[in-house]
Amino acid sequence: MTNLELQELEQHTIEQLRYAFEVNRRDLFKFLGAGLVIGMCAPTVLAQESGRRSQGQATPEDISSWLHIGSDGKITVFTGKVEMGQNIRTSLAQHVAEELRVPMDSITMIMGDTQLTPFDMGTFGSRTTPQMGTQLRKVSASAREVLIDMAAQQWKVDRSLLSAHDGVVVNSKNGEKITYSAITKGEKIVKVISRDVVVAPASNWHVAGINVPKVAGKSFVTGDHQYTSDITRLGMLHGKVLRPSAFNATLTSLDTGGAEKLPNVQVVHDGSFAGVVAADSQIATKALDLLKAQWNAPSQPSEAELFDYLRKNPEGNGGGFGGRGGHETGSIDSGMASANKKLEQTYTVAYIAHTPLEPRAAVAEWSDGRLTVWTGTQRPFGVRDELVEAFHLPPDHVRVLVPDTGSAYGGKHTGDAAVEAARLAKAAGKPVKVVWTRQEELTWAYFRPAGVIDIKSGVRDDGTLVAWEFHNYNSGPAAIGTPYNVPNQRIEFHPTKYPLRQGSYRGLAATANHFARESHMDELASLVKLDPLQFRLKNISDSRLRDIFEAAATRFGWDKQRPSEERGFGIAGGIEKGGYTAACAEVAVDRSAQTMKIVRVAVAFDCGAVVNPSGLRNQVSGAIVQGIGGALFEAIHFQNGKILNPRLSDYRVPRFRDTPKIDVEIIDRKDVPSAGAGETPIVGLAPAVGNAIFNATGRRLRALPMLATNIFDQHQQATNRKS
Amino acid sequence: MATITLLVNGNERRVDPAPEESLLSVLRNKLGLTGTKYGCGEGQCGACTVLIDGRSVRSCLTPAATVANKKITTIEGLSPNGNLHPLQQAFLDEEAFQCGYCTPGMIMSAHALLSTNPSPTEDQIIQHMNGNICRCGTYPRIVAAIQQASSTGGKRQ
Repeated sequence: MTNLELQELEQHTIEQLRYAFEVNRRDLFKFLGAGLVIGMCAPTVLAQESGRRSQGQATPEDISSWLHIGSDGKITVFTGKVEMGQNIRTSLAQHVAEELRVPMDSITMIMGDTQLTPFDMGTFGSRTTPQMGTQLRKVSASAREVLIDMAAQQWKVDRSLLSAHDGVVVNSKNGEKITYSAITKGEKIVKVISRDVVVAPASNWHVAGINVPKVAGKSFVTGDHQYTSDITRLGMLHGKVLRPSAFNATLTSLDTGGAEKLPNVQVVHDGSFAGVVAADSQIATKALDLLKAQWNAPSQPSEAELFDYLRKNPEGNGGGFGGRGGHETGSIDSGMASANKKLEQTYTVAYIAHTPLEPRAAVAEWSDGRLTVWTGTQRPFGVRDELVEAFHLPPDHVRVLVPDTGSAYGGKHTGDAAVEAARLAKAAGKPVKVVWTRQEELTWAYFRPAGVIDIKSGVRDDGTLVAWEFHNYNSGPAAIGTPYNVPNQRIEFHPTKYPLRQGSYRGLAATANHFARESHMDELASLVKLDPLQFRLKNISDSRLRDIFEAAATRFGWDKQRPSEERGFGIAGGIEKGGYTAACAEVAVDRSAQTMKIVRVAVAFDCGAVVNPSGLRNQVSGAIVQGIGGALFEAIHFQNGKILNPRLSDYRVPRFRDTPKIDVEIIDRKDVPSAGAGETPIVGLAPAVGNAIFNATGRRLRALPMLATNIFDQHQQATNRKS
Repeated sequence: MATITLLVNGNERRVDPAPEESLLSVLRNKLGLTGTKYGCGEGQCGACTVLIDGRSVRSCLTPAATVANKKITTIEGLSPNGNLHPLQQAFLDEEAFQCGYCTPGMIMSAHALLSTNPSPTEDQIIQHMNGNICRCGTYPRIVAAIQQASSTGGKRQ
């Protein structure tokens, strides 16, 4: 694993890495019937053991994906990735259909099931398309070649005469055909492939690269699709968990008498955990309300002192240079000395909540000391390990299944609801469902880290950047490096102590770091009196970045825009996770109503070769909409260990009326590998909007969210001072 | 508990709701109609939207006992024979969803709109739908889907 990958993992708060793969190949045949199973060694194993011919010799831990071709012609693909709205159930199947040369509707994807799918670290970091997509392409191509080999043997002909199309192998000499299923003859055949097969370049794609309708799309519009919270098991009870009065509070006493008087209610109290189960969810809620608990909560930092706290409380030894995104080139001092203009500014980002519309949920069922849990998580194997640890079970006694989930955005890495449901189910002796309330979700889940960013920079009068010093406290190192040419740089991420449970969020700190960097770039453009786009282009040598800025500007009509007191225009962009993005925003400011609205956004995105254009556009447009929340109004308010706004009526997320006209410009680069697309398009929105606000009002907002009230308060003051 | 009769998707269903139990809870937990979703429990997100006598209501805030004998339509009631309602077909055609969790509520809210205003303007759609949240941010496609359904006669009844 590369250093970069390790850093990425660290930012996703992955605590354990256990490579294990329990599926017995006999189990697969039991599950699927006879046929051909093709397994593919993990890339790391390939690298270590290149040259080994491993026909069935690889150990199970080495296998990173499976594919089964049934005697009925059905294709079943196994991957530990999960679907939560990114459309990978469809896009991954497109890769398989292409290389295996079978119809899309013959493919079933088994995803995120720890008993059936190979180990996977989790669905995060925009890695599904570049890694799993490539992996499945290779497995499928290998399977196709194996089938051609087998057909050649069966027919006793030269394999070069044979080719595969549409689920059949054809002999070009005599036109003879045999279906894949007929080749396997109902036998149980396993082949493990370690050779690096050649796959079709994107320029030759026919199934990938086009719009294929979402697999099982109909089940979403009819309400038939079963999310975790919709699952019912025979005899299932409903569980509720008692939450502490504040973060880090300890339970000092618990009176369960009132709750236990209710009919058919069981109270479960085990150490720091307390909860109730009942056959009826309403009764369970009532029983929870009747638990009388006393808590001892320590005094904790509040929102008012947050940024000061982050600066003053460094944590661990991870700060400084090397390994955490930090680096230094040249000399800041000499760079600053050679600058004509200098600037020092501070930017902040608030804690925000993912607010997936489906809250955390789990259904747990015990049977003969074995535990099965259905739950919406991005890390089914991570959750399995949490359960293994919590209940002291052998890993093969725990099965975690992830139904296609009601979104996550980086917020469902942990197994909280799974552990809770399993504990309650263990006590009840029956299956138990736990569904978090929105209030629980907005309190006891984790948040996108708040942060403080200090930037000091120097620029020459002609617009050449000469010095760039960047310090990020707590929010994270993702995209902390500048993509602009600066000879003298010092860039550092400072881990700190932090007051709220925090973790990954769509794009991680790339949003915060782009907000700070691209706002600051705008401020520098203003200092040297250059057009913001021209100033950026002057300091860019990466042609893909230049192209993406120009694509967004062209789509937006950047050159034609003329700002006024009511209208402003801003641009911002950058590189992250192999994707290039730029966004232009137009804001409308209404001084009399003291409101501000984003009326139009043009976003350009280059993530290499596009797999499913419609799905990609949906993700890009969705990232822009989601970005509006963090840009303009989302913020978790907290005081002394309590969340002050844990309801949707108090925590505002983007709605129809907040949505601008969004133009999405996709640059389909068939000459470069596909990068993931779920995250990076979110990073340009906030700074583009902040820059547009400045363009209209002359007010620079350096804190996310950029509240409209802050424009007008300060603007009013500025106007008053002038008069 | 008092037994009440609910008229759900054309069927009479006898249920015993707990006092103050929401229609959402009865639909999901007692009648197995899980197409209607929980999102917030405070009427802010619209995931639980159903029709009562053709008008959209938030089932999470509606005590089941108050809608006894009224005509209740849930997402499951829009395609009783497996034939998609024009709104469902339009959402599918436009791929107006990502994770899909908000979709049933979106479709039911749109249904109520088209029942009273078969040809809404874009702005009327936005105003009417503003109480429904899509966290994946699929709003532009949802507007397009409702427009498609309206021009093809989304009001089927």
